[in-house]
Amino acid sequence: MTVTELAAACGFTPIHIADETAPIKGAYACDLLSWVIGRAEEGAALVTVMTNVNVIAVSVMAELPCVVLCESVTPDEVTLQKARDQGVSILSSSKPTYETCLAIGKVL
Amino acid sequence: MEPIKLSFNVDGENFVSAGEASTAVKTTLKKMGFPGDTVRRVAIAMYEAEINMVIHAHGGTVDVEICPDKIVIVLADKGPGIPNIDLAMQEGYSTAPDDVRSLGFGAGMGLPNIKKYSDDLEIETELGVGTTLTITINC
Repeated sequence: MTVTELAAACGFTPIHIADETAPIKGAYACDLLSWVIGRAEEGAALVTVMTNVNVIAVSVMAELPCVVLCESVTPDEVTLQKARDQGVSILSSSKPTYETCLAIGKVL
Repeated sequence: MEPIKLSFNVDGENFVSAGEASTAVKTTLKKMGFPGDTVRRVAIAMYEAEINMVIHAHGGTVDVEICPDKIVIVLADKGPGIPNIDLAMQEGYSTAPDDVRSLGFGAGMGLPNIKKYSDDLEIETELGVGTTLTITINC
């Protein structure tokens, strides 16, 4: 499933799509970035409510093509620009983390 | 092939620019055609070490040597040093301040993650003088 297909299937709002064809192989939900970088599998969508610029840096290092921001939280301009520069997609979910993960789990 | 050497200065307490050195090395390794798994391990280990420098040591220097069979990353800082390396290597042990935790760091996973993703990790530290990490990742 691609990042755009994931957004459509789960009803997520695309904030930035870096690569429409980027495959999403799974998901990892966590707000502690050292847990994310240490444990998320390559190709996973990162589900989080953290919006600072380091979320994008961690996604780049761990090869996570997409960040799903829960509860309609929005990234600031610095974070968004880093996502554009580094090729990380950002989707927005209106739902809390648990429901967001359930939605992803149903379609992956 | 002669080893390729790269050097960086890491700006202390700047969480916006933190990771720039790791990103540059990751990009270089990708362009050189190193395997994806090797590139990812280098990126993760170096990023964690870079973040540690920013959190604990007011920055420092990073020297990277890229050889065909291994990548060696040496991170040197003039921070406070690590009082107890055994404790610091335990998952969940952290001395990071609250403002760092609010950014999603300081979970006590930095050094354990570096060890997990590297083939060899050497730590030289002296209280009040600084810390040098030497990370080796084989290809």
